[in-house]
Amino acid sequence: MKTSLSWLREYAGLPADLTVARLDQALTDLGMEVESIVDQAGTILGDLVVGRVLTVEELTGFKKPIRFCTVDVGREAPQEIVCGARNFAEGDLVVVILPGGELPGGFKIGARKTYGRNSHGMICSAAELGLSGDHSGIIVLPEGTATPGTDARPVVGLDDVLVEVEITPDRGYEMSVRGMARELATHFGVAFTDPAGIPAPGATAESPYPLTVEDTVGCDRFAARVVRGVNPDAQSPEWMQRRLVAAGIRVISLPVDITNYLMIELGQPMHVFDLASLRGGLVVRRARQGEKLTTLDGVARALDAEDMVICDETGPISLAAVMGGETSEWQQGTVDVLLEAAHWDAVMVGRTARRHKLFSEAAKRWERGVDPQLALVALQRAVEILTEHAGGEVDERILDIDHVVAPRPVTLPADLPSRIIGLPYSAERVAELLTTVGCTVTGDEVLPPSWRPDLLTPIDLVEEVARLGGYNEIPSVLPPAGASNGLTPAQRARRSIGRALAENGYVEVISYPFESPSAPDLLGLAADDARRSAVRLTNPLSEEEPQLRTALIGPLLTTLKRNLGRGHRDVALFETGTVFLPRLTAAAPPVLGVDRRPTDEEWARANAIVPDQPWHLAAVLAGDAEPAGWWGAGRAAGWADAIETARVAVSAAGVQDGRVSVRAAEYAPWHPGRCAAILVDGVGVGYAGELHPAVLSALDLPKRTSALEIDLDLLPARPVVEARRISTFPPALIDVALVLDRKVPAGEVLDALAEGAGELLESVALFDVYESEQLGEGKRSLAYKLTFRAPDRTLTSEETIAARDAAVALTTSRHGATLRGA
Amino acid sequence: MSYRNDPYDPKQAALLAPEALEAAVADAEKAFAQAGDLDALVALKPAHLGDRSPVSLARREIGSLPPAAKSDAGKRVNVARQAVQGAYDARQAELEADRAARVLVEERVDVTLPWARRPRGARHPLTTLMEHMGDVFGGMGYDIVDGPQLELEWANFDALNIGPDNPVRGASDTFFVDLPGLVMRTHTSPGQVRSMLTRTPPIYVVSPGRAYRTDELDATHSPVFHQIEGLVIDEGITMAHLRGTLDHFARSMFGPDAKTRWRPHYFPFTEPSAEFDVWFAQHRDGPRWVEWGGCGMVNPRVLTACGIDPERYSGFAFGMGVERTLMFRNGVSDMRDMVEGDVRFTTNFGMEA
Repeated sequence: MKTSLSWLREYAGLPADLTVARLDQALTDLGMEVESIVDQAGTILGDLVVGRVLTVEELTGFKKPIRFCTVDVGREAPQEIVCGARNFAEGDLVVVILPGGELPGGFKIGARKTYGRNSHGMICSAAELGLSGDHSGIIVLPEGTATPGTDARPVVGLDDVLVEVEITPDRGYEMSVRGMARELATHFGVAFTDPAGIPAPGATAESPYPLTVEDTVGCDRFAARVVRGVNPDAQSPEWMQRRLVAAGIRVISLPVDITNYLMIELGQPMHVFDLASLRGGLVVRRARQGEKLTTLDGVARALDAEDMVICDETGPISLAAVMGGETSEWQQGTVDVLLEAAHWDAVMVGRTARRHKLFSEAAKRWERGVDPQLALVALQRAVEILTEHAGGEVDERILDIDHVVAPRPVTLPADLPSRIIGLPYSAERVAELLTTVGCTVTGDEVLPPSWRPDLLTPIDLVEEVARLGGYNEIPSVLPPAGASNGLTPAQRARRSIGRALAENGYVEVISYPFESPSAPDLLGLAADDARRSAVRLTNPLSEEEPQLRTALIGPLLTTLKRNLGRGHRDVALFETGTVFLPRLTAAAPPVLGVDRRPTDEEWARANAIVPDQPWHLAAVLAGDAEPAGWWGAGRAAGWADAIETARVAVSAAGVQDGRVSVRAAEYAPWHPGRCAAILVDGVGVGYAGELHPAVLSALDLPKRTSALEIDLDLLPARPVVEARRISTFPPALIDVALVLDRKVPAGEVLDALAEGAGELLESVALFDVYESEQLGEGKRSLAYKLTFRAPDRTLTSEETIAARDAAVALTTSRHGATLRGA
Repeated sequence: MSYRNDPYDPKQAALLAPEALEAAVADAEKAFAQAGDLDALVALKPAHLGDRSPVSLARREIGSLPPAAKSDAGKRVNVARQAVQGAYDARQAELEADRAARVLVEERVDVTLPWARRPRGARHPLTTLMEHMGDVFGGMGYDIVDGPQLELEWANFDALNIGPDNPVRGASDTFFVDLPGLVMRTHTSPGQVRSMLTRTPPIYVVSPGRAYRTDELDATHSPVFHQIEGLVIDEGITMAHLRGTLDHFARSMFGPDAKTRWRPHYFPFTEPSAEFDVWFAQHRDGPRWVEWGGCGMVNPRVLTACGIDPERYSGFAFGMGVERTLMFRNGVSDMRDMVEGDVRFTTNFGMEA
């Protein structure tokens, strides 16, 4: 909503010394978001004065005609000015900017030599002053406007303040000078004159034009008047043009300008028809499927059965409330006009505007709600202004088909404002505040005014009281404390994992969850891989990436690639986030209302269709895990780092090492020989290892790039850890080297040793892996350090050896191990 | 010990003479002092403390003395011997200290050499800022709730009084999917709906997390962003409590000078509603008000849809953008830095923004 301060002042007795800052504060406190407030006086710097042209000398010999003038600007000597315009004569009053001044756009004025003469200043056009786009010539002021030398700003209307505010969707009444002036008058406690408060004649028995309203829901009021024989060449008066420019509205023609002017001033959108173009009686109704209309913007539109249209015998001639049609609109030469002021259903207009993507000034107002009692006033004002400036004969007949439902009183419990706002508001104060915005208060009954369709419930009235009383008057008080349960186990696990990964050298990233449909192919997923079943956005920002990720690794590899592309060589990244796993059914959820809570059964059924969205952890690493340096060579990152990181993450989530196992696995996109399944209590929770060479090649990523992905929702909740008894007796250490078939996983051998050694075993660790010809074809030696300790005594060597032998025996029976050297 | 019974010979007792013993001690002290290192000192030991050293030989002569003189001579020898031993020990300690000091000098290293063998990682500032915010509310008695990002339309819109004709439900604001009745949540507010449906008042929750709107990525917009929203439902909750909560939160985040300023606004899910600014004294361009978020009293329609009796309970809700907070708090000037995942951006923040 754009307007000017002078327009607002016409209806609100605002303080004369109102500063821009104070106005900004007032509008903000009232709930209008200030886009800009521009004091026009500041847009032109220096001396802008009225001048009288004394002499004009035509200069010849240049490409275009040039005039050398002397101008009386109220100083001792006339000012010499060179001017390219020709629409003035000796004796005319003009607007002159003197040297030292500056026009909008930073155009500085100086004294300079041009066309062989000295020019001291410039005679200005309206465009140069930023008043309009009119470049046709300089401004010639009417005789007697002002004496030479006086400040020209007020004379040309450059003394105004332009205001642009954003109006929230609930406050349609503020989309008008009437509404803004009322609000400001309330805020400053000054007088308000309602521009709609003029007497307007009502409907006559006979209509000036035959019209029926078929759908009184879509159109609950339709009023119209007719003026014949207006001067088709009449121009809008200067003051109206200026105000329309201030409001950001293009000047078109007197009748159209009048409707636009009244829309801004009153908030009533109107329409002007060319009476001569109408064919037969008018009908206001819903459009029929298949009907078409070419709107004023030249677009041929297919209408929807929900759109409201105004039709004559030829069919729809206007897309009601949104935009007129080409054939019936006022046009050059129109002498007989039909002025329309109707009231349309807000929901209907909103849908029509969105459907046709036509967000006109009128539609914006209808959608927010227009005062249904404005129609006759607006018509009366329109007729008055039109006939004043263009003559014509007013048809005394007035059409007004009125089905408006009066606002209903709202019962406001006396204590509700205080109870919600937290500041004592007496019933008297509440009544006073509500009355200032136009409500009629009788006891606890509040009747909202016709222009406030947003005031429907008690809480709407409480908001008015809080707003008018001042939000910043509300005290600052802490509520009684809640009773927090702290973080959930899952939240604590995610934090621990994030910290552990970061401490282990990984940098966290937050990727968009959008993926290309080709991602599964690039990752080498099998045709029946469950991860191929993805939810698809129907309106993605990029058609390239319309799918929601079913795993984190895809988008994370994209981020890895971006980093490598920016010159980073050793990169380790991780992300925790949700993935989106569609359910097998694509059924719609049950329809849930808003007038009551859904039943538990309804809520459960609704949630049953929400795709599962488990939290995952993924990490990727490429380049060196440990850099080379003055200490020596670096160490390349690889499959083992990924698997160890998976263990670190699971451990950080509170799962003790003993519950975690690792098994060889084949799972895309990992290298089939370098992929580990990570299991907790025997249940797979994720995969880690080196990525498949073909995948790395397809994605153009470095060889040996490794990765892991874990479904965090599958991790058990962090248990209460049982304390371990710490023995103070000395340990007994024994190393064993076992020769086994190399296909036997070291992890399983370790499990067998631990199981066989029994409870005296404190720890077991693999410290060497060795292969040689002496060991035999396909064999390898695994060397383990066993640490035994008893809680209550020093172990004898016999006890220790017996335990060692038991450990080895189990590896022999289970895996065919032989003790090396034995 | 054959000499014990040797007959007394005064000449043989010359070493026991006090002068002789004093000379032996003086010789030893002089020699020890001249020993340049521990090896040299050890080499001197037999000559001054060994079996053939003057004090040892003097002790042997005691046997040749008449009984009356033995005690006196014995004392003299002991004193002498202790003096030599003391001189030795003192010199040894001195030399050991010298050697220890020398070792320390020799072992000097260049401590400025880097040892970045284990690269350091970092946590994303949006994550840690959200955790920080959540922790402040945790301390105020709030639970932190999570919810699905692909959400029921009902929970994202209808239950929050965002009716079917609200323009934000159009495809130009909201991401829709190929499943009916679901949208990418446009705010974290459905987390509040879920809390009201599954908890009984008093309810104190914040829901931090991701939300989605169809904005193209540029310096100040991202189609994927983060919010933290709070909800309180209790008996007797007022706008004053909302203000107290936001002021306290602002002070916790930005220091004792922080405060909030409200501007009336419209949200479908709250009434009265406000947008609020925070006084941010540490702004890189000087102290100023910064737009921070929206808030208001939970609309009774929302309470009704979520099964809370609006006659008995009232409540407030508020929300702010995490990206926005990070931008003014930490001086991030481009939204793209937060989403592109360049390690330089995140590493700069270390373990906490």
